Amino acid sequence: MVTKTQRIDALSDSGVSLTASAWRRLKRSPVFLVGASIIGLFVLVAVTAPLLAPHDPALRLLEDQVSRADNVIPPPQDGYPLGGDQYGRDLFSRLLLGSQQTLLVAVLATVIGLGGGLLLGILAGAFGGWVDSVVMRAVDVMLSVPSLLLAVSIGALFASQTQFTVILAVAIVQVPIFARLLRGTMLAQRSSDHVLAARALGIKEGAIVFRHMLPNALGPVIVQSTLVLAVAIIDAAALSFLGLGAADDSIPEWGQMLGGAQNIIDSHPQLAFWPAGCIIVVALGFTLVGESLRDALDPKRRR
Amino acid sequence: MLRFTVRRLAQLVLVVVVLSMLLFGWLRLLPGGPVSALLGDRATPEARAQLEAQLGMDQPLIVQYWKFLERAVSGDFGTSTGVQRGTPALEVFLTRFPATLELSILALLLAVAVGVPLGYLAARRRGTWLDNLTITSSLVGVAVPVFFSAFLLKYVFAIELGVLPVSGRQDTGIDATRVTGFYILDGLLTREFDAAWNALVHLVLPAIALATIPFAVIFRITRAAVLDVVDEDYVRTARAKGLSAMVVRTRHVLHNAMLPVVTTIGLQTGALLAGAVLTERVFNISGIGQAVAIGFQRKDFPVLQVVILAAAMVYVLVNLLVDLTYALIDPRLRTR
Amino acid sequence: MSRAPSTGRGARRRFVTAGLAAALTVSLAACAESERDAAGGGEGGTLTFGAAGAPNLFDPFYASDGETFRVTRQIMEGLVGFKPGTADVEPELATEWTHSPDGTDWTFTLREGVKFHDGTDFNAAAVCANFERWYHQTGAGQNQALSYYWIENFGGFADGQQPSLYESCEASNPTTVTVHLTRATSKFPDLLGLPSFSMQSPTAMETYRANDVRAQGDSFVYPEYAKSHPTGTGPFTFTGYDQGNGTITLSRNEDYWGEKAKLDELIFRIIPDETVRKQELQAGSIDGYDFPNAADLQSLRDAGNNVMVRDPFNIMYLGITQKNNPALQDLRVRQALAYAVDRETLVQAALPDGAEVATQFYPDTVDGYAEDVQEYPHDPERARQLLAEAGHPDLTVNFYWPTEVTRPYMPDPQGIYNSLAEDLRAVGITVNPVSKPWNGGYIDDVDNARADLFLLGWTGDYNTPDNFIGTFFGTTTNRFHTASSPWGEDLAAQLRAADSEPDENRRDAMYQDINRRLLSEYLPAVPLSHSPPAIVVSPEVEGLVPSPLTAEEFASVSISR
Repeated sequence: MVTKTQRIDALSDSGVSLTASAWRRLKRSPVFLVGASIIGLFVLVAVTAPLLAPHDPALRLLEDQVSRADNVIPPPQDGYPLGGDQYGRDLFSRLLLGSQQTLLVAVLATVIGLGGGLLLGILAGAFGGWVDSVVMRAVDVMLSVPSLLLAVSIGALFASQTQFTVILAVAIVQVPIFARLLRGTMLAQRSSDHVLAARALGIKEGAIVFRHMLPNALGPVIVQSTLVLAVAIIDAAALSFLGLGAADDSIPEWGQMLGGAQNIIDSHPQLAFWPAGCIIVVALGFTLVGESLRDALDPKRRR
Repeated sequence: MLRFTVRRLAQLVLVVVVLSMLLFGWLRLLPGGPVSALLGDRATPEARAQLEAQLGMDQPLIVQYWKFLERAVSGDFGTSTGVQRGTPALEVFLTRFPATLELSILALLLAVAVGVPLGYLAARRRGTWLDNLTITSSLVGVAVPVFFSAFLLKYVFAIELGVLPVSGRQDTGIDATRVTGFYILDGLLTREFDAAWNALVHLVLPAIALATIPFAVIFRITRAAVLDVVDEDYVRTARAKGLSAMVVRTRHVLHNAMLPVVTTIGLQTGALLAGAVLTERVFNISGIGQAVAIGFQRKDFPVLQVVILAAAMVYVLVNLLVDLTYALIDPRLRTR
Repeated sequence: MSRAPSTGRGARRRFVTAGLAAALTVSLAACAESERDAAGGGEGGTLTFGAAGAPNLFDPFYASDGETFRVTRQIMEGLVGFKPGTADVEPELATEWTHSPDGTDWTFTLREGVKFHDGTDFNAAAVCANFERWYHQTGAGQNQALSYYWIENFGGFADGQQPSLYESCEASNPTTVTVHLTRATSKFPDLLGLPSFSMQSPTAMETYRANDVRAQGDSFVYPEYAKSHPTGTGPFTFTGYDQGNGTITLSRNEDYWGEKAKLDELIFRIIPDETVRKQELQAGSIDGYDFPNAADLQSLRDAGNNVMVRDPFNIMYLGITQKNNPALQDLRVRQALAYAVDRETLVQAALPDGAEVATQFYPDTVDGYAEDVQEYPHDPERARQLLAEAGHPDLTVNFYWPTEVTRPYMPDPQGIYNSLAEDLRAVGITVNPVSKPWNGGYIDDVDNARADLFLLGWTGDYNTPDNFIGTFFGTTTNRFHTASSPWGEDLAAQLRAADSEPDENRRDAMYQDINRRLLSEYLPAVPLSHSPPAIVVSPEVEGLVPSPLTAEEFASVSISR
């Protein structure tokens, strides 16, 4: 049943812009607030990590405490609050600096995926016709391959795996998803009143696409991007788990730390649990924000 | 309806042909290649060149592709070079696919069985603590990498508590007859109920781990769909007519909310197969996910070609089926 | 009780003790056995062993992978075998053998009353049929990807394109067979103990077209025989391979000529993931597995399992390719590398229980091991000094290391690389890391001499020096590219001469001399370590004798449950 107060809300909403009302609803959403605080903290740690980290994450400072034969790794001790990893490097510093690389992977993969999707989506959505057909069949082909298989295929293409090949593999998987999303929203607008009006006024096609169609497609794109930030972190971890992560681990990244710990997870679970915990919390942060944004921006939800 | 089906089938053929070409060229760009995998780490460069010539890999790519097509038409998709050396790639796929399908179906059933009622409940209690809690917990499922949740489940239930098996599809002591390759089904068909039960027990943990992927989406879509539907005119009308809450809920709300859920299940096929790759690894299930992982490691082109193509076909076919079901449920769509 | 002897570092000729311990193990197991027998039964049962991968096929002649051999070793036997727990040759299907003074004619006396699993008699004709089958391979069968061990040990085939060690086989009477070779070699008759040269039933090979292997498309197509009908004389027979469930089942051969297998059934369950193998053992669904992670050994022992560390029969070395970087052609630079690396720390931090620093290119159990080779203790100062003397204080090298792989001699390539690279950087060398997947370019690049430094190793096939250093340095254009140095050809010639020397003592002296020169004058690579691979079985399993060749036989194994 629609109550009286809800009706009043809906009425008052109609006078406010979409973004403003979305923002108002977001501020009231506990889901959003939790997610946003997580992301805020994550970014803060990533930016200040070099100052916070007590040691160089690449140096095997505690190597003399490592024994493979006796399965010993350095325990927590003075100056090393979480102890060392299986090579005697400071786990705490690696976790802190790992946030930087993880943020980099998430952001770059999303930006590249969005960029590719934008290009294809605009091509298809703006021009329609045979361009649309060709682009969308290509998108169909890419979408038909399960995402991880596609990422693994791309990752395997490079002679040696680096952080960049991981980013690229994760990003390319997102391209068709962004492309389809953008094409859908833009296609819907091609025959909408404001676009028709703009065309009638003799505004150039390019200008229509960038000034009138694209801004209106922004909402879903922002939502999707936020979600992809989480997906990228998780997919990068999955690639590492399958042995396709960056080979050089002197610069730490959480997914890679988790993947690298899988063989000793039974005896030294902390080596896996710390990075896994970080990944889960941060991915949850992005997902919470993404989902609450989706909810807030959905016109149907405006009540 | 017929035209719709034909058009979608044509699309399927197109996807398969284009993908086969891309895949063929792509795999041959991979560094290394099957020759080093076949010869091992003890081969001389001369032996390598000789083998490349014997396998026709020194010929232009287009010639190789043509030969591949010729053989493919006669049903020969090549022979595995690494996953199960000497076995036809198609056979490798066929012996392994039931394991993956069994796992995926069970995971999907679990996700639907939990996701739909929870989604409905959350929608009915929109904005309450229950709603927020279920949303958040469904999203935690998304945020935990599936291989990590698989590991946790295994650690707790198989290793610490020891109540469920650690890995595999069936205990080696079970003398089971193989009919279809679906072990649960086989056990039921041959009345070897202990074998069926044993296979099911082996699938519990992997299926729960894998179910976290579709669960969150099914939950969210159900919730959103129910929210959409409760405000539709016909539901209000039904209520106004004084139909009981129960009837309104099941006949009108849930029935109509199911449409987007069915679509979502179709779209989840790809994600399920991807998640299966990771789950199979943790639980050592010899399905296609494991074949792909080993295939990439040993550069087993024939198996990779067949498996990735087949996965794509499955995805397209499932979505075709979903669209057809959709069209059956909602007559308006047939004319589109 | 049946735990393997501890492998204290530096102990020499430890196979003797291993052999003793093995004998002890067997006799103790036999005691336990008889006690249980008295208590009523105890034999029989099923043992499930966790295998690390799927066997490629079941015809060992076309195979070179350990997982295939692990299975066929139980089904088939060779003319000679290896004493349990050692790499030393003992009679198997041949009871004794003699050779002509020039070492080219070998006469074997065959065991009588032996039958293949299909009922075919094992006799001189069957032996010759096997030799002739190997020698007359054509087409795809001649490919190194299939008949690796033949090419490696015998060279060419009947078509005469490459010279062959094999000349002919002569069945004088049913129990006497003479194999004629074209030259003498140190490898004979040891190499006949390789699983690839197991005796297989001529009838079964005929029926299931064993030689019908073809290259087709991107790969090989194998005959029925190799897929589902392997037939030998061994204590177990092949029952089946369930690909869907990843299990290979063998059954006891009731008509075995020797002491029959104790187990009714032997199942190999394929579990590619190391962690899963360990978990399955703990859960009790497998009874043992191979190559446990070094980090797991202690917890496996604590849980009551029997962890047996084999004697090391391998070598890991820091390879040096002289072709691309002229600085590496200078002996002083190579010596500087040897002084720079801290092998003691490497062994302690990165290698498993029982691993030891290598002073030369094979373990001390192999003939020709030299006690007095030049040693290179960790000495960064000396390394810097040598680099300066050679005029390369700012040396830069491309250091290749593999991903997606572990080897018994190299359990953690990344950890080993990191450790070595840090040592090299400490003496002022600039190290450019190049990491590639093992099958995705690493082997290609290293074998085609594209690296400067690289990580590699070798596990011995049998107990001859040639199997190690002959393989490494016998040709000059290989991964080390010793042709870049004036001594490269000399070294290869010395190795050839030593291999062809029929007199054992003279041969031993020749190899000792080569080993001394390898370390002092040539140093084509830096030997790093010998890492013993371990094998683990549950407390219920008795009678398994660990083999340095990783060639365990399960006939003597029993399980109490």
